[in-house]
Amino acid sequence: MADTTSITAGAIPDVAQEAHGAWGFSRAQLAGLVILITILVVGPFVLYPVFLMKLLCFALFACAFNLLIGYVGLLSFGHAAYFGMGGYLAGYTAKSLGFTPELAIITGGVTAGLLGVVAGWIAIRRQGIYFAMITLALAQMVYFFCVQAPFTGGEDGIQAIPRGSLLGVVPLDRDMSMYWVVAGIFLACFLLIHRIIHSPYGMVLKSIRENEPRATSLGYRTDDYKLMAFILSATLAGVAGATKSLVFGIATLTDVHWSMSGEVVLMTLVGGLGTVFGPVVGAAVIVTMQNYLAEMGAWVTVIQGVIFVACVLAFRRGLIGELGALLKVKL
Amino acid sequence: MDDIFGIPAPLLFGQLLLGLINGAFYAMLSLGLAVIFGLLNIVNMAHGAQFMMGAFAAWMLLAWGGIGYWWALILAPIIVGITGVIMEKLFISKLYKLDHLYGLLLTFGLALIIEGVFRNEFGSSGLPYRIPPELSGAWDLGFMFMPVYRGWVVIAALILCLATWLMIEKTRLGAYLRAATENAALVQAFGVNVPRMITLTYGFGVALAAVGGVLAAPIYSVNPQMGSNLIIVVFAVVVIGGMGSILGSVLTGFALGIVEGLTKVFWPEASATVIFVIMAIVLLARPAGLFGRA
Repeated sequence: MADTTSITAGAIPDVAQEAHGAWGFSRAQLAGLVILITILVVGPFVLYPVFLMKLLCFALFACAFNLLIGYVGLLSFGHAAYFGMGGYLAGYTAKSLGFTPELAIITGGVTAGLLGVVAGWIAIRRQGIYFAMITLALAQMVYFFCVQAPFTGGEDGIQAIPRGSLLGVVPLDRDMSMYWVVAGIFLACFLLIHRIIHSPYGMVLKSIRENEPRATSLGYRTDDYKLMAFILSATLAGVAGATKSLVFGIATLTDVHWSMSGEVVLMTLVGGLGTVFGPVVGAAVIVTMQNYLAEMGAWVTVIQGVIFVACVLAFRRGLIGELGALLKVKL
Repeated sequence: MDDIFGIPAPLLFGQLLLGLINGAFYAMLSLGLAVIFGLLNIVNMAHGAQFMMGAFAAWMLLAWGGIGYWWALILAPIIVGITGVIMEKLFISKLYKLDHLYGLLLTFGLALIIEGVFRNEFGSSGLPYRIPPELSGAWDLGFMFMPVYRGWVVIAALILCLATWLMIEKTRLGAYLRAATENAALVQAFGVNVPRMITLTYGFGVALAAVGGVLAAPIYSVNPQMGSNLIIVVFAVVVIGGMGSILGSVLTGFALGIVEGLTKVFWPEASATVIFVIMAIVLLARPAGLFGRA
């Protein structure tokens, strides 16, 4: 392994050299955060709110995925399972049990997290490519479960999921009111992830990514750290899926399919593995592309494949990673 | 001879045979994955797409060139193998110094491209491929009717796996290959052209997937998605068997096919997930896989 470079090496300068302000944000990252919040506030007045909500759900999904690949170095190829399961549970509880939206989203997140406990417990026994294959296989199992389970509605999915009223008080039927909720969830989770990676716990995660045997020799139970990161990532992916199913009022098999797992990998790769803003930008690029190229059918798959190949061969740092390298800051 | 464990014998044996055939495909595909992984250290995510290309190559040879099944069985793997060699030269060879995960991402991208192109060209509905006349019909085995073609698939897969094993374990070329798997730099120092060997090994692994595709063409309909769902199961098979041993991956492939077939008889709802459940259990008990080295 001595002649191979870590999958995120180069994207991230030495951890010790960073200057941290509030919540672990460096000055450049604070500037990025200000831009992000400005876009969140101005966005719905310029762009179609439903499109923005879709984008934010996928951005959160990609951020959750990035927590694993970018900071622990674990490539999960089955994150659609948690995204999709979160969506199904939120849809089912909101429609059939009459849960309020915040309860439905929490249920979706918690269910995905519990699924993450089991899947993570099994998958962290192997590393590297085996980890990727195991997570993919476990996600396929979840997919088949969703095809057969009665509550998911099989091929039809769960349709006409009501958005309900926030806390039973604020109706969310108007796109603009739903948008503020989605933006709030996204920002809260985004800050939470950032806080996690810059906590002492996050430092241990990064040390596992860089050199697991050494972290073990320092006395860290690396498996516990990895499992916890897996559960957090799965939970947040579930929250993203749950929010998406409430926004669109539909939860289908598309969200648990392996191609969705591939898409979130692509988003994160395009934006930059292991960068704070990369997954958001990557999700924006891919979702926008899908929106404009929707009528091209299977060519979208081909284009996605080409982007994959181009990113891996020539562009491994991703958009934000390259920008950060250009400005000599960590974004 | 009517009921076995309360199950009608024809049903039981029919599902066993189906399981054996699925097992034959699992074995061939996991064998190719293991050979490629051994030398290149990458998981070939495009393996399913290349399996599909094999089936399409057979279909195209027949529909456009009038070339029948037996020639396709030889030509299709060569054609698909050559595309594999080109892919290795153009793309995969650039990644050997990087984390192995990049190889996985790259081949996944290539798989998306291949599948997308075929879906544009041929649509998602399947194309029929006739069973060659020499292999049509069925044998009466007394307790069940066995379609000749299905028997042929199992036998052909067994021969192919055995031949691959003999080549790797018993020939000079195989010795080079095993040595390069252990320590490529040392083998290169002895004057073996290792980069060319790596390229040809990838081509060979891809050709194995393509043979599987040709064998599968008359059984399943030829369609662009035929490989992608299969390959995920094969990944589970590979995790269960461990990629350390050639014979191990063949054995695991056949055994899991049979287990899957039996599950279809006794608990049909679980048949799609049984292999993944076995994978989880094996990981808990023996993380390195049944035949793997830790």
